[in-house]
Amino acid sequence: MLNKRRILMLLVPFVIFIIGAVFLATPLLKGSDPSKLESALIGQPIPQFTLQDIFDQDKQYNADIFKGQKMLLNVWATWCPTCYAEHTYLNKLANQGLYIVGMNYKDNRKKAIRWLNELHNPYQISLFDESGLLGLDLGVYGAPETFLIDSHGIIRYRHVGDLNEQVWNDKLSSIYEEMQ
Amino acid sequence: MITIRHMFFYIGLLISLITLATHSAQAAIDTFEFDNVQQEQTFHELTKLLRCPKCQNQNIADSNAELAKDLRNKAYQLVKQGQSKEQIVDYMVARFGNFVRYDPPLTPATIFLWLGPLLFVIGGLLILFKQVKKNKTKQAALAPQEQQKLASLLKQHTKGIEK
Repeated sequence: MLNKRRILMLLVPFVIFIIGAVFLATPLLKGSDPSKLESALIGQPIPQFTLQDIFDQDKQYNADIFKGQKMLLNVWATWCPTCYAEHTYLNKLANQGLYIVGMNYKDNRKKAIRWLNELHNPYQISLFDESGLLGLDLGVYGAPETFLIDSHGIIRYRHVGDLNEQVWNDKLSSIYEEMQ
Repeated sequence: MITIRHMFFYIGLLISLITLATHSAQAAIDTFEFDNVQQEQTFHELTKLLRCPKCQNQNIADSNAELAKDLRNKAYQLVKQGQSKEQIVDYMVARFGNFVRYDPPLTPATIFLWLGPLLFVIGGLLILFKQVKKNKTKQAALAPQEQQKLASLLKQHTKGIEK
């Protein structure tokens, strides 16, 4: 009886160790990246804004453009090498019929227009956020970032970093399909 | 072979590296002008409290990242508008999440951080009390054989002293 209790007592640190090991090893083995933060805006509407069209300074947009259908909002810049890497895949998604809004973030207008002309333009609408105002309201902390937005203009998911076929198939496509 | 001359070289190198590092840290200090001392103090507290989301383990006062600069400017604007420290922290948390705070609030996800140490202290005290209690009962309850042995040992001992 006493022996049994003693063994149980000795098992306690071992059990604590196992729990700790599982707790620490899970994110490590899953390959989760601590630099990728979950957005604070999940489940919230796109913040209000007024931004110019990248091609046409006289054309202005506000948050209403995100209503009516589900879509992707891609934050990009010409100074961002990963944006260059994912651009081909964005074109592919656009060709599949996805509605993608582009937000050029803290960039140079001329360079951005040249980029879109040379690399093909996957965006239905291109916003020009030179000062990063909408970027700040969206909690953007780097480029590229891709937001999934439903037809009511509610943010459902944010992906930080390269958007490629694997990321799309593994995670984003199922969220996109489930969105209304 | 490491000679004294080598040593001086490395010490010199170290000193110049340290000077360089402090120099670049100073470059992150921008010039902001405030209406009063209180605003300035609020701003400095904020830049120490707010964590740069891009650079993971730096506050926005220490970081040279473009984003940290933006957040400093935004914090400055809001301070100038007369917003309180709490309002500005809430503003940042609404956009970047609790990650942006260097003192996390009490939420279900952080409850272990706050109560964990307390649990360890209580657990330690419990074990300590149990141990002390156990020792006390042990002392009181000696087996009859042990009582005899103790008595004979004491006898021998007193005899030894008498001699």
